[in-house]
Amino acid sequence: MFEPLLWIIRRDLTIAMRRRSDIFTTLIFFVIVVSLFPLGIGPELETLRLIAPGIVWVGALLASMLALEQIFSADHRDGTLEQMLLTPQPVSILVIGKVLAHWLVTGLPLVVMAPLLGLQYDLSAAGLGALMVSLLLGTPALSLIGAIGAALTLGLRSGGVLLALLVLPLYIPVLIFGAGAVEATVSGLGGASHLSMLAAILVASLVLAPLATSAALRVAED
Amino acid sequence: MASRLVNWFKFSSPATFYPLARKIAVVSTIIAVVLIAIGLYMSFFVAPTDYKQGEGYRIIFVHVPASWMSMFIYVVMAGWAALGLIFNTRLSAMMAQSLAPTGAMFAFLSLWTGSFWGKPMWGTWWVWDARITSELILLFLYLGYMALRSAIDDPRRGDRASAILLLVGVVNIPIIYYSVQWWNTLHQGSTIKFNEESSMDDTMLITMLIMTFGFWAYSIAVSMVRVRAVILERERSSSWVREQLGAET
Repeated sequence: MFEPLLWIIRRDLTIAMRRRSDIFTTLIFFVIVVSLFPLGIGPELETLRLIAPGIVWVGALLASMLALEQIFSADHRDGTLEQMLLTPQPVSILVIGKVLAHWLVTGLPLVVMAPLLGLQYDLSAAGLGALMVSLLLGTPALSLIGAIGAALTLGLRSGGVLLALLVLPLYIPVLIFGAGAVEATVSGLGGASHLSMLAAILVASLVLAPLATSAALRVAED
Repeated sequence: MASRLVNWFKFSSPATFYPLARKIAVVSTIIAVVLIAIGLYMSFFVAPTDYKQGEGYRIIFVHVPASWMSMFIYVVMAGWAALGLIFNTRLSAMMAQSLAPTGAMFAFLSLWTGSFWGKPMWGTWWVWDARITSELILLFLYLGYMALRSAIDDPRRGDRASAILLLVGVVNIPIIYYSVQWWNTLHQGSTIKFNEESSMDDTMLITMLIMTFGFWAYSIAVSMVRVRAVILERERSSSWVREQLGAET
């Protein structure tokens, strides 16, 4: 069962490595969005420290949402996806593999980059740690939930904007617990409960989201 | 049992449901008009003035039923979506589709009346309270469903894709609701309390129930009219629609 999973991850990573600019686009978008807020709000570190968790999280959320369209679109266009659906392996495995590869390419760089942005907002060391852990747990959940939207809007005219409309409301719990974990850590309350909730959301979406995604893919390729 | 099953599926065909929908629409329109008229009269003239909130509280007779309906309609739509996916009936998806604008309207109405109520009571149009925020998210879910439905030209794909979205949404609603509630309690300890058990006057309760049933009847009437339009649009190339339209004009 794990062989096709590894095969798909390896294949998608190889393709992504041949088009490295896609990875950087997401990352640069994240950096730019997060850097815009001080320009709009003002450079007072007091204020910035207060809003840092929310802003970094919203930035990561938007960046990972922008990257969603790429999960299935290329394979859909050249017909590979249709062939993949015809294979005897369960579609959920295919979905998990593709989402995991996609997260490694677009989500993981955000996690690595986030502490640097947190420094710009003068987050404490504990806050930076909580930010990284919360993003590490949260961004895979975002990719898994977002994959449902990506599969539903596959090949539609206004796919990008529509995808945002479908997926953003579903992202709210992840945002609440992700930003909440950082905030609770900074204020000294301890973010363990938030992180546990994030982990629970990740596990639940790992089980449920691939089912919905594969159903949506079957509809799209019908 | 067998005959009951046959009866159930008889009206799952658009052709047989079309005339039935007209009858349901007429009956429920009459019920809606009567109930809402009685309810509005009672809420303005019969229900007593609230000792704490004065006359301004009367907007809850629209606000509370509208919020209930907005939540209930989403669940009903998800039920139709599940039926449509399981039994592969075209009509189920049409029902979900024709309920959506009414649900979105009620969600919007609930937010609108809520903020009209909030201004005199709390002195602000908007509070990031758990209930208000979840109602707003519910409105977003409705808009997302309607946007997806209208973006897909192929009706078969549109039906099934939006049904999946509805089911995903209905699984997520409790998670969203509880996370918003937790977020809210963490952020603003005790500004406004909804949970206080208030001893509501019986007349107020009855008025609110009458309004709720009126809104129910209204939703049924409107969705029946809309489903007739959807049926005609989808089945326009079939012979029974031609006959129907030929007979009517």
